[in-house]
Amino acid sequence: MKNQIKFVQGNEACVEAALYAGLDFFAGYPITPSTEIAEHMAVRLPQIGGRFLQMEDEIASLCAIIGASLTGNKVMTATSGPGFSLMQEALGYAIMTEIPCVIVNVQRGGPSTGLPTHASQGDINQARWGTHGDHAIIALTASNHQDLFDITVEAFNLAETYRTPVILMLDEITGHMRERLHIPKPGKIPIVSRLKTSVKQGVDYHPYLPREDGRLPMSDFGGIHRYNVTGLFHDMWGFPTDNPQIVHGLLRHLLDKIGNNVHLIAKYKEYYLEDATTILVSYGSSARSALHLVNNRRNRGERLGLLELQTLWPFPYGIVREKCANARHVLVVEMNMGQILREVKIAVEDPEKVFLANRIDGMFITPTDIRNILRLIQGKGV
Amino acid sequence: MAIKDYLRERFFPHMWCPGCGHGTVLNCMLRAIENLALEKNDIVMVSGIGCSARISGYVDFHTLHTIHGRALAFATGVKMSRPDLNLIVPMGDGDALAIGGNHFIHAARRNIDITAIIMNNRIYGMTGGQFSPLTGYGKLATTAPYTNIDHAFDTVSLAIAAGASFVARTTTYHARQMTDIIQKAIQHKGFSVVEVLTQCPTYFGRKNKEGSAAEMMENYKNITTPIGSKKSQENPELIERGIFVEKEMPEYCSEYKKIIQKAVKGK
Ligand SMILES: Cc1ncc(C[n+]2csc(CCOP(=O)(O)OP(=O)(O)O)c2C)c(N)n1
Ligand code: SF4
Ligand SMILES: [Mg+2]
Repeated sequence: MKNQIKFVQGNEACVEAALYAGLDFFAGYPITPSTEIAEHMAVRLPQIGGRFLQMEDEIASLCAIIGASLTGNKVMTATSGPGFSLMQEALGYAIMTEIPCVIVNVQRGGPSTGLPTHASQGDINQARWGTHGDHAIIALTASNHQDLFDITVEAFNLAETYRTPVILMLDEITGHMRERLHIPKPGKIPIVSRLKTSVKQGVDYHPYLPREDGRLPMSDFGGIHRYNVTGLFHDMWGFPTDNPQIVHGLLRHLLDKIGNNVHLIAKYKEYYLEDATTILVSYGSSARSALHLVNNRRNRGERLGLLELQTLWPFPYGIVREKCANARHVLVVEMNMGQILREVKIAVEDPEKVFLANRIDGMFITPTDIRNILRLIQGKGV
Repeated sequence: MAIKDYLRERFFPHMWCPGCGHGTVLNCMLRAIENLALEKNDIVMVSGIGCSARISGYVDFHTLHTIHGRALAFATGVKMSRPDLNLIVPMGDGDALAIGGNHFIHAARRNIDITAIIMNNRIYGMTGGQFSPLTGYGKLATTAPYTNIDHAFDTVSLAIAAGASFVARTTTYHARQMTDIIQKAIQHKGFSVVEVLTQCPTYFGRKNKEGSAAEMMENYKNITTPIGSKKSQENPELIERGIFVEKEMPEYCSEYKKIIQKAVKGK
């Protein structure tokens, strides 16, 4: 197969990547600025024998893909803030029952209906803490279409590896902007397929007994093993229990399988960090402006660098600490009130050197916006 | 296969109160499955949250115990990916028609091949006796201490209006009829709704002075009558039971198969 070059919106890049990763099943409910994902899925999925469902709302969409994933499919849903809020209970269910799925949130301005067609990154903390109870989550993002493609494939791979929902945090800019996309040949990016149990039919299968490495081989629901799945705390057969030892063990397993593997999960990009005295930390579309500014100032000899996060959760504290250790100033660039700023402050040894460059008015943060803040921090005035 | 072979014995004793009607529903459902000689491996039971929803834990099928009200949405995902499996979704009246009301009418509208059994005890049993959308005007509940001013849905009319292609009603007193109806509902290709009037002596019965479980069941005999019977014409207050709708309509998974054929051709 020859290389494929396309000029597409980020939402379509996300669809192409999902199909590349082996997507079989999509369910969703239209909402700006994510709707193009559903529209492209409706066209593309039946062409390859997959299934597209338009459900009656967003929680139904997530419930439907959880059911479909259980039977052995790779699944996805896509939404924006209001729909993501509606999904939270089902998200907790997927975490508790360890069912792989990918949830795309193409962020708009919030709270509430907010700014449907404008730029915001206001749902970063919701992705982390939106569903109730102690839990771990994986959330990824990207700043350009080529990266978005890779990161979407990675989302599916992580969902399978850790048997967990993975949240893909896009925003209005990355979702709607058109850009060149090179679709790699099949096989170029490794695809993780579902780890299936080798337990034979008729032999007692323990759907919730982790292997030594923490992974849980699955048996396709509706297949040769009959078992129970519940959002209640459950034993290794999937039966409800309130035995304190089992409850504690399950919660620890859910937290540790992600928390202990931050070094394997974390993805980031770095630009000119070696000698940077000022480091910008950014992600998603904001990182485009940050990178523009960094390239620009480097040309003039300023020692500016960029750490672009692609994994937002679990937050890569160790990486941020190490990368920012020698910087005089750290400037977090994001379109919210400092949702990642808070984590960066926790990560670094000296939180006083961390500042925020943000916009919360629905307008895309520009290189000039960042530069103005930078000058203030450096005592140069605007 | 004997009834007990369909049960997960390690899960017993069950959690239901003595006299609870939910056990009768379980019993009749298993008899229906036995009569149909279905393989355990070919049945998926999806349930939400409630005393009724706990039914899925007790049966040796593929069982998915989900979240309150959303069982039909999960079941839709399972059925769409495995149309060959038999999907049975037992739900409480609150589960199905309050928090899950939207999923209920939309599953009916799609006519997806799922058997929905609504175990109507007119109360939120699991949370201790609050009124449900089927409690009815003038009844008592812990959250309607001065009598309920909410009017009840008529489940059968609702299901018909929403487009279900099989709609029936029965009670725990009429166990033989219940078995027969559930059997037909499972066989029916399309969305099937079976409303079962089932007693909650602990909350609905006690609050509304309806007596013991046996008295509540006896009452089902007195307040219901076969569809179109002479008694029904004489006394429109009586609740009709039997099969209201049984019709052939395009089923959702089969329709989607055609979409795939169109899409593949047009590529
Ligand atoms: C989102 C959510 N809201 C509320 C509850 C609490 N809750 C559990 S069961 C139930 C009602 C059960 O009533 P019904 O569906 O009629 O079943 P029954 O117990 O009567 O069989 C409620 C309100 C819940 N589990 N989840
Ligand atoms: S509370 Fe009511 S519905 Fe629940 S088990 Fe007891 S009798 Fe049955
Ligand atoms: Mg009830």
